[in-house]
Amino acid sequence: MATLKVPAAVPAVADDCEQLRKAFEGWGTNEELIISILGHRDAAQRRAIRRAYAETYGQELLRSITDEISGDFERAVILWTLDPAERDAVLANEAARKWQPGNRVLVEIACARSSAQLFAVRQAYHDRFKHSLEEDVAAHATGDFRKLLVPLVTAYRYEGQEVNTRLAHSEAKILHEKIHHKKYSDDEIIRILTTRSKAQLLATFNYYNDEYGHRINKDLKGDPKDEFLQTLRAVIRCFTCPERYLEKVARQAIAGLGTDENALTRVITTRAEVDLKLIAEAYQKRNSVPLERAVAGDTSGDYERLLLALLGQE
Amino acid sequence: MTEEVQQLTRAFSGLGGLGVDESTMVSALSRWRKQPEKRSGFRKSFQGFFRSHGEMDRCEEDYMLYLASEFARFKNLMVLWAMHPWERDARLAHHVLHQAHPAAIVVEVACTRSAEELLGARRAYQALFHHSLEEDVAYRARDKPYCNLLVGLVSAYRYEGPRVNEEVARAEAKALGAAVKSAGGVAGKLVANDEVVRVLTTRSKPHLVETFKYYKEIHARHIEQDLNKDETLLEAVLCLAAPAKYFSGVMEAGLRDGADNHAKDALTRVAVTRSDADMDEIRAAYQEQFGAKLEDAVAAKAHGHYRDALLSLVGAGES
Repeated sequence: MATLKVPAAVPAVADDCEQLRKAFEGWGTNEELIISILGHRDAAQRRAIRRAYAETYGQELLRSITDEISGDFERAVILWTLDPAERDAVLANEAARKWQPGNRVLVEIACARSSAQLFAVRQAYHDRFKHSLEEDVAAHATGDFRKLLVPLVTAYRYEGQEVNTRLAHSEAKILHEKIHHKKYSDDEIIRILTTRSKAQLLATFNYYNDEYGHRINKDLKGDPKDEFLQTLRAVIRCFTCPERYLEKVARQAIAGLGTDENALTRVITTRAEVDLKLIAEAYQKRNSVPLERAVAGDTSGDYERLLLALLGQE
Repeated sequence: MTEEVQQLTRAFSGLGGLGVDESTMVSALSRWRKQPEKRSGFRKSFQGFFRSHGEMDRCEEDYMLYLASEFARFKNLMVLWAMHPWERDARLAHHVLHQAHPAAIVVEVACTRSAEELLGARRAYQALFHHSLEEDVAYRARDKPYCNLLVGLVSAYRYEGPRVNEEVARAEAKALGAAVKSAGGVAGKLVANDEVVRVLTTRSKPHLVETFKYYKEIHARHIEQDLNKDETLLEAVLCLAAPAKYFSGVMEAGLRDGADNHAKDALTRVAVTRSDADMDEIRAAYQEQFGAKLEDAVAAKAHGHYRDALLSLVGAGES
């Protein structure tokens, strides 16, 4: 469930463009105006604004933004304004180029999107970066991570609800056996996790729980420094409970002395039109504090105002 | 054997070749009307089709099956031709996985189709068979050394622009050479090599063409020469970088004497799937590789409607 709030009477696209242009003109920038417009338009509306702005003023809206504002606010506005597929492509490109074992952005994109959405990301990636997503991931990720991540991002999973229970049983057994022998990067584990449909995987994980008395992730808890195990657990959680997984990402971004603005921006901009409400509810439940209050406490200025707008605060 | 009988024997595919000669068969019906002794003489001389059984010459079961498949060649071609390309490719792949057709067909589909065509085939596969293509490939090939390569090939969505990073291509040509060396000619080792799989399953086709050029430059050999132990690798490399050459080879293999059923079926597959795409290039490659016209080879080997159909699809008569 989305948190984005769009006004009942949305101004004409031309008016929005004009207002945004005014916001950039002159010495300063009217950030509040930018937030009040872009922070309250859905993907289709933002796309229309970008198109009209470019036609009217001969310059890309996103270019005007990068010229005028900076820092975390700029990054958040840009990511927010992009189409969901483009946004994921940008995030994926960053994650691939600067890949290191603890990076789980690619897992999020590959596993917390539908098959069609993931393919749209791959198409947007071609257009924007003149490479295929898998090419870049394969070139930068190494070892077991590459073995896992490349099939993960190239999967085009069947989206039907049919489940083969016999297969779920046998593949749960296979997973259990490999995990028991600590063969975490075994071809079979990777095959099952990266090719089976989501419905089939959920059935497999359920059967695992039924048969062995605990959830599969419990058996994947090992050395907390083992990033590969963490990655496997992230994959499974993104399939089984994406809202709680993303709640944890948000929680870890906010907790502690500093703030991981990149992670916070990512969760909020990628989910504001999807299920940020559920994530916020999970956050409240887990931390006894509303997500909006935690964000307000941990961020400031225009960046904070944009995040709160996307969280649905008036 | 009289001329007449020999012609009819050939029409029934009794002297080899592909398909059946429908018009010769039909004209025999009117020519031999009310002359059962002619038919009887035909049966006596056609040893493969009939054998003596007391007073009667009975049909050989094997030949009847063979005949059914030769009659069906034209039908299969027409149905394959009429199908949507996506459904066609999905069904071809499914036959490989569930009816043990040669794995090369999956390599062919994955590597010679455009990125959008492959995506369409994957969509069609899901709609028809309620599984993803990569899921089924991964499951069927799970204990084969070429598993990762095959899954990677069918999952690819390659960039289709012409831009190539020369540095990277050169570096990858070196890496491929190193992989060849470390595999040391051991069967199944090179095809499972991570770097080989990475390069072949993710890079764009123009990039791969450049990479193979650098390979020749650096190692003084064509990469195909160093892949001889792994058929799947050879097919992948050819399909990705020189599809016309690959397809012309497939056609030649199907037209050879003693070609098996799969090789013969490939003629229909290649003719139908490439007729609108790169058939002109395939004809040219055939001429270059085998010193003869593809259409002449087809005309010599095939019969009847099937022959005419193949000739139309390969663009016979065009330059």
